[in-house]
Amino acid sequence: MTRAGDFVRENMRNPNAIAYFLMAVGALFYPIVIQFINGGNGDFLVGLAADGGIYVLMAIGLNVVVGFAGLLDLGYAAFFAIGSYTYALVASNHMGVTPIGHSLHVPFWIALFIGMFVAAAAGALLGAPTLRLRGDYLAIVTLGFGEIVPRLFRNAGIWTGGVPGISALDVPSLPGWFQGPWIGQNFVWVSDFRFTSANLTAYYVLMMILITFVVILVHNLQSSRLGRAWMAVREDETAAAASGVNTVTIKLLAFSIGAATSGFAGAFYGAKLSYVSSENFGFIVSITVLAMVVLGGMGNIPGAMIGAIVLYFILFKLLPDAPLQMQALASSLGLDSLNQSNPNGWPGIAEVVKRSQYVIFGLILVGIMLLRPQGLLPSQIRKQELKHSEHEPLATPRQLQG
Amino acid sequence: MATMVQRLRASVIRTPTASLVNLVGFAVVAVAAVATMQRVYQGGATYFFQTLGFGLAEGAIFALVALGYTMVYGIIELINFAHGDVFTLGAFISLGLMPVLGLTEGKISGAALILPLLGLFVITMLICALVNVGIERVAYRPLRHAPRLAPLITAIGMSALLEGVMNVWRGPYNLHYPDFLPEYQIPLFGGVTIAAKAVMVIVIAVILMVALTLFVNRSKLGKAMRATAQDKDAAQLMGIDINRTISATFFIGAALAGAGGIIYGLYYNSVQAFDGFQYGLYAFTAAVFGGIGNIPGAALGGMLIGIIFSISDGYFSVSWTQILIFGILIFVLVFRPTGLLGMRVPEK
Repeated sequence: MTRAGDFVRENMRNPNAIAYFLMAVGALFYPIVIQFINGGNGDFLVGLAADGGIYVLMAIGLNVVVGFAGLLDLGYAAFFAIGSYTYALVASNHMGVTPIGHSLHVPFWIALFIGMFVAAAAGALLGAPTLRLRGDYLAIVTLGFGEIVPRLFRNAGIWTGGVPGISALDVPSLPGWFQGPWIGQNFVWVSDFRFTSANLTAYYVLMMILITFVVILVHNLQSSRLGRAWMAVREDETAAAASGVNTVTIKLLAFSIGAATSGFAGAFYGAKLSYVSSENFGFIVSITVLAMVVLGGMGNIPGAMIGAIVLYFILFKLLPDAPLQMQALASSLGLDSLNQSNPNGWPGIAEVVKRSQYVIFGLILVGIMLLRPQGLLPSQIRKQELKHSEHEPLATPRQLQG
Repeated sequence: MATMVQRLRASVIRTPTASLVNLVGFAVVAVAAVATMQRVYQGGATYFFQTLGFGLAEGAIFALVALGYTMVYGIIELINFAHGDVFTLGAFISLGLMPVLGLTEGKISGAALILPLLGLFVITMLICALVNVGIERVAYRPLRHAPRLAPLITAIGMSALLEGVMNVWRGPYNLHYPDFLPEYQIPLFGGVTIAAKAVMVIVIAVILMVALTLFVNRSKLGKAMRATAQDKDAAQLMGIDINRTISATFFIGAALAGAGGIIYGLYYNSVQAFDGFQYGLYAFTAAVFGGIGNIPGAALGGMLIGIIFSISDGYFSVSWTQILIFGILIFVLVFRPTGLLGMRVPEK
């Protein structure tokens, strides 16, 4: 008991510990609270949170690349696409249509890791020749890669289903599972339990387990020798190399681990949607994840997660609802004229709000970098680095106390 | 020519691994060249010159945009992602200005066009230039001493912001851009023709590029730019106002991009709010291809990318062109990061 008390006391002032605690509590109670508020009709919102988890996973992964190792990856969605398509190929009838002529149905639990490894391999393959390049060239190479991959999937014809993509992917299944009052049933044991679109809570729970798994993994990596090497490379590559860090291998590992996380999320995405199409992996996905990491705080895992949650909520709940709410607001204020489009080019307030998504992205990226470069929940080390110019001493004693 | 061969040979036999990597690179280029030549041979001369005409016009626009990328990169080593969107902004602003200047499609033609079009170019270039200077002031200058990642992220943010503003302004549609350029074909030789439109685009672009080159090589401000690009601190010690010089670079780059936007609109007769990002990436590829930081390199790279673009469209498949261009981007960065004309710069 005292040990638990000590633990609490030690971490009470630690913003990361508080963030983890709040997120864990939030994740536990979210489905119950949502179902209660919506009178049992909150399935949609629970499913939305499961989809948001995909972005949280990607933000954690991109944080390894951008935050830990300081490599700007602008084609992160490519690995997401690779994970999804890998899952689609190994867990659907599609392989039977391709010249291979024999469809594969690898169980989700294994296919998840296949997607992860294929994405990691793609990351290593891209990284090996390009990580020698200087930072901004690397950004451009990854950007080019991110533009190429979805187009390759679109053009690859019979192998990837072309423009329509691949549909009817296998859903995850378990040999058995409990059903209980939390989805409005009696307590029963269901054998051959299948994750269906009618049971979004199952996906939600699965997502939370995956996130926990990845967070523990990445957290351990961060505090390992590898994590310190990443930090050294980020701060000063030349000094790191001089101190015996193999910078290329270290950067390659960061790149691959980031790609692996993205592929992992991609496989889950394919399974949940039961459908993949090259349209869903554009540059917009990469930039969204980057904005999440920057918003939350580069180099800090809970920061990236919170950034992902906040931005996901804004983009996928607040903004889609905003046009109608603005419309209602305008009518209630007696400004109905705002709702109608007129020939002078005013498209109606709902349309304007809908179009302003990119403005919000831009404002977040620019505003955060200018006003609070360390993000909402900063990494204590990175904060010092981002706040002070190279001509000033990195940290004076007074700043260290803060 | 001899020095170029020597340089190529030196780059091949540098180290065993490098030679292997370069061999792969040469093999890929050789296979692509042979495949292209075979297709071109089958297609016949008339079709080839037509394609080349498209390519040169397209390349002229790429070159105009690439110049802005390369100048900014040369001076502050920043990839100004917003540059492509300044280019689209040029098309959008000129579209908005047209009714003001009396440029209505079908009502005005011939010599009466020259003065309003000139006005259109000047005003649009000025507005674009001021916008870009503002972007530098707000988003890049405060971060000049921050880690390299920071201004790159604000550049992406500015790009998104500009796209968002244009999207709010005119919507995500393909907008019709009035057609003022003559439609006829100029006969060259033996039944081969080139579109008058393409010739005009190329002429305008070349005039602007020559003016820029003269400015950078001859004027005092141009000299200051070159000095700042070489060594900021030393330039400052020599009494050069660094901030002013950098602002001037952004100003000129954006003026060229704005002009490029108008030419793009006049040539293709259609613009869309999100065009700029893609187009900017192609132009950036052109700048990298020619050797980033090198002004003639950007012009050459732009022309080459334009020709590759139109040959890929004309002889292969439109759906693979974008993959090809981005493939070239990665290929050049991996095998020859200094581009065709660039020099090896030590990392600062």
